[in-house]
Amino acid sequence: MTSIAPELMSHSEPAEATEGQRTARHPQPKPAIRPSGGGFLGALSTEPRAERPTANRGGTSPDRNDSLQQEQTMSDSKISVRDFDFFYGPAKVLHGISLEIPARRVTALIGPSGCGKSTFIRSINRMNDIIPEARASGTIVIDGKDVYGGDTDVVELRRRVGMVFQKSNPFPKSIYDNVAYGLRIGGMRNKRQLDEVIERSLTRAALWHEVKDRLHASAMALSGGQQQRLCIARALAVDPEILLMDEPASALDPIATSKIEELIYELKDNYTIVIVTHNMQQAARVSDRTAFFMLGRLIEYADTNAIFMTPKEKMTEDYVTGRFG
Amino acid sequence: MTANLRRRKLFSRIFEVLCGLTVVVALIPLAMILFYVIKEGAGALNLDFFTKMPKPVGESGGGMANAIVGTLILIGIAALVGVPIGCLCGIHLAEYPGRKFSSIVRFAADVLNGVPSIVIGIFAYGLVVLPVKRFSAIAGGVALGLLMIPIVVRTTEELIRLVPGGLREGALALGATRSRAVFGVIVPAALPGILTGILVALARVAGETAPLLFTALSNRFWSTSLTQPIASLTVQVYTYAQSPYDDWHRQAWAGAFLLVMMILTLSIAARLAVRRLERMNRS
Repeated sequence: MTSIAPELMSHSEPAEATEGQRTARHPQPKPAIRPSGGGFLGALSTEPRAERPTANRGGTSPDRNDSLQQEQTMSDSKISVRDFDFFYGPAKVLHGISLEIPARRVTALIGPSGCGKSTFIRSINRMNDIIPEARASGTIVIDGKDVYGGDTDVVELRRRVGMVFQKSNPFPKSIYDNVAYGLRIGGMRNKRQLDEVIERSLTRAALWHEVKDRLHASAMALSGGQQQRLCIARALAVDPEILLMDEPASALDPIATSKIEELIYELKDNYTIVIVTHNMQQAARVSDRTAFFMLGRLIEYADTNAIFMTPKEKMTEDYVTGRFG
Repeated sequence: MTANLRRRKLFSRIFEVLCGLTVVVALIPLAMILFYVIKEGAGALNLDFFTKMPKPVGESGGGMANAIVGTLILIGIAALVGVPIGCLCGIHLAEYPGRKFSSIVRFAADVLNGVPSIVIGIFAYGLVVLPVKRFSAIAGGVALGLLMIPIVVRTTEELIRLVPGGLREGALALGATRSRAVFGVIVPAALPGILTGILVALARVAGETAPLLFTALSNRFWSTSLTQPIASLTVQVYTYAQSPYDDWHRQAWAGAFLLVMMILTLSIAARLAVRRLERMNRS
């Protein structure tokens, strides 16, 4: 527990800030990140979250710190991936992916289009199963149990591992029925119980106040950002342990995006979140750990600050500084 | 250069005109049918036509009440046969599009769609009429139902494919089983369209005569029994149009008018429903 302390301190600091402070802080990164002489890396260091690596550079050896972190995330790992390969027919799209995804943290997957990050995130809850001729080898272990093991029930797995998609996909039903869908599948019939969970889920997804007076209106009438938050509420309603987000904000405007990011920030206290994003600023803002994928391979995986501030691989550096991709 | 351009513009113009002309030619038969049916039929239509039974040969007046009810009964039986088979089959094709079995089913549906309706009638005759040695409403309904199947299969398949794939993934990601996702989310989303497809198929078979000739036969008398021969608008029109009596010709026109109006209404309703579905999916 003590070994986790430094990380907790630096990362939960903004979360402990008062509501006013945080909302004021959140829109900030965007203008700050716009290259202003110092460029992306320079701007990043003005963010509060970047304080630790800067301090590291002056203080203790960053190397020792890194290995220490590696150990603690290993011990607190929620999803453990070993030598994971994935094929679409004859085409191998993921090559020997191995990584540990820590519990109750946000892990971002970044990389150029077609690098396999979406395939990877969809492998975690076996969404790729519905694609004909898709095939996986290696293991993805969640809480000690292999997702691809013979005795894994896919339906049960997906209830524990929620997913939010790039394109918001509310069902053409009422807002209420959308959130109730997963609950009803699980056999919840009690109206009072349903009402309660639905209110809680919508509140957690920061949508309750906008929709509480029209719960029985069609979900299709909501704006894009609201629809995406509804999809998050829908996923939260069944109380998953892990939340997978495949570019959840890529189709949204900046205001809706910042709302989703804020939400991710709040959710990570209770959920293990894996997020695919094309937006590197977003990865830098919301995640604790970042994995950089390229051409189906995991190139580098480390603390988000390390990936953006002191990448070890040349390819990672080129990508995060915008030299390609 | 300018001469070349002028020539190209001229050719373009000529083809535009030709295309327009072919459209007009294609529409002429439709316009003429509608014109004659309305001109001859609308005038012959009166309350008696809907409420009275056919009069004996030689007497004027009377109506087609038995045939109107008969057609409705036949369509009802056809729907009972064709809709469940057609819809489930279409859902299967849409959900498992890549399977070998699916492509065989799809091909079979297309072949069935091309089978002349008289052949379907003979098949229903062998299947339902011969074993009990009696023409019946059931036999006619089965023949029409068989005709409906391929139409319902293909429209159901197409409309389910119109439903965004994200809905399927969304349902599965919440822990729904495949069938739960299909029947709880995807089919409801496509339902207006599927209903439309069923209406179109019903309209299509409501206008069939040939498969009824040796299945439902016809009936001069009032009958709603499913095991007895039953009258239908189409067969009645066929019989009356062949007859030498002016009054029967008049009634045949009225029957034709009623059929055309029924089919037109169903088709327009179908169109509107599809448009609504497409709008919903785009947003």
